[in-house]
Amino acid sequence: MKKRDLVIIGGGSAGMAAAIAARKKGIQDILILERGSETGGILLQCIHNGFGLHTFGEELSGPSYAERFSDQIRDLGIEVETDALVLHMDSERKIIYTSPRSGFVTLDARCVVLAMGCRERPRGAIGIPGTRPAGIWTAGAAQRYVNLDGFLPGRRVFILGSGDIGLIMARRMTLEGAQVLGVAELMPYSNGLSRNLKQCLEDFHIPLYLSHTVTDIRGHHRVSSITISEVDDNRRPIAGTEKAFDVDTLLLSVGLLPENTLSEEAGIELHPRTRGPVVDQFLQTTVPGVFACGNVLHVHDLVDFVTAEGYMAGESAAHYLTAGLPQRASVPVTAGEGLSYVLPQRIHPDALPDTLTLSCRVLAPQRNVLLAVEKDGKLIKSVRRPVMLPAEMEKITLKKTEIEGVRESLRLRILPQSVCASPDTAK
Amino acid sequence: MDAKITDQINTDNAAKTRELICIVCPMGCHLSAQTENTADGTCRVLSVSGNTCPRGERYAREELTAPTRMVTGTVTIDGGIYPRLPVITSAPIPRERIFDVMEEIHQAHVCAPVQIHDIIIQNVCGLDADIVASRTMPLKEPAQ
Repeated sequence: MKKRDLVIIGGGSAGMAAAIAARKKGIQDILILERGSETGGILLQCIHNGFGLHTFGEELSGPSYAERFSDQIRDLGIEVETDALVLHMDSERKIIYTSPRSGFVTLDARCVVLAMGCRERPRGAIGIPGTRPAGIWTAGAAQRYVNLDGFLPGRRVFILGSGDIGLIMARRMTLEGAQVLGVAELMPYSNGLSRNLKQCLEDFHIPLYLSHTVTDIRGHHRVSSITISEVDDNRRPIAGTEKAFDVDTLLLSVGLLPENTLSEEAGIELHPRTRGPVVDQFLQTTVPGVFACGNVLHVHDLVDFVTAEGYMAGESAAHYLTAGLPQRASVPVTAGEGLSYVLPQRIHPDALPDTLTLSCRVLAPQRNVLLAVEKDGKLIKSVRRPVMLPAEMEKITLKKTEIEGVRESLRLRILPQSVCASPDTAK
Repeated sequence: MDAKITDQINTDNAAKTRELICIVCPMGCHLSAQTENTADGTCRVLSVSGNTCPRGERYAREELTAPTRMVTGTVTIDGGIYPRLPVITSAPIPRERIFDVMEEIHQAHVCAPVQIHDIIIQNVCGLDADIVASRTMPLKEPAQ
């Protein structure tokens, strides 16, 4: 069985960043296993611009952003095996993959970075009633057809879900000559960036139906029409509010799920909210020597944050290989009132870095609140946030001195701005 | 038909309140702008309210008088590893010309290999912006 120091599963933005960081920390033996025919991942089909504002201070298209990293991978001489599909990984970091070039390969990895990204929730995940004709796609699949393969998947289109991919595809289909009749969103607010609402829907006069969902799909071979209905506060359709649209295509942008089949096979503990691995401050999973970053860990809205997380995972992997890292993080980091999750979920109190950045997401839109940190049940820090949206990941950075001595827990929560806004805690 | 024309005449020079959401930062301020149409047919912004920073006012003025957009699309490419080459405008173009620019993009046809930033259409629609490749497209290796 071949032995490798570091195997990175996935050559998208997370995996490439991890490889670059590990190489810069001196790791020579690195192998990226990429399922596609080149590195870049989902960025390759995201031809719109707006990527890289944090990383490069300019707005790039997805392929341009990916190319900057693919170039570095090549220049650093990092080995990439493309068309490589990882079939299995176990808790001893034994990896089995196939590729046209190498056939069926078993590898023994000293260290692994998981960077497999995420998948779209399909129709089956949300149980839309109706017939099962052709013409129903996830927005990302449609994006691939249009942008990489050059096929237009439909002429008259309705979109369910106002996440960014759905909004981007509303514009993209319109520019390619299709008619987009509307976008329906189950929640009373959009899950997309306001920039995309403006530039993808308003610019093209595409109506957005908030608190609406698709309640029927009709068509024999191909979609012929769909029905949307308004929903009540419990997200149940209200009888009598049905609107029908004659369309040949329904695109779904109804959420992303981290792709953790391999992680589960390896016995890695997953978090019920993020659906990604439970990690410590080094992004190490519950299986020693296995790290995770990017959308496989938790779904991101900005690629810049994926890149930053990939760098961190790569540096941690290098540390693990050269000096070792502590195991069994003992202090839980939890999400309190108003938050859906916090990452990392555990920390080692005896190996704190100079600064610790926590990522979190709110459950519902918030205005004029405090994002507060409690250490062993005591409030130690709070920062003002004029606006917090479920669509936008939040970060808070803690200094080592602030959390030193933590024994029981760190807890993040949302507080109304009127509480505890004394000058020494608010910043 | 007559009613439509009358309607236009009536509103042409009148001051109007325009509502828009600021997209400069995640705050998403709801802006309200007082505008009037000038004699030469353009829109003039008299005042902006609802913004919580100066960038909001600047955004509203630009967006209401001369909105611009970057345009991205794909062009047909022969011999590359994909049949489509992603392209982007080298600078923002006026919003009302988006479909004219798309028309030009749809007409273009190139051959691999192409380098990132290669100009695909020079001075598209006379707008002082080029259509450039937004990735490098290598030649597809012939099947062994």
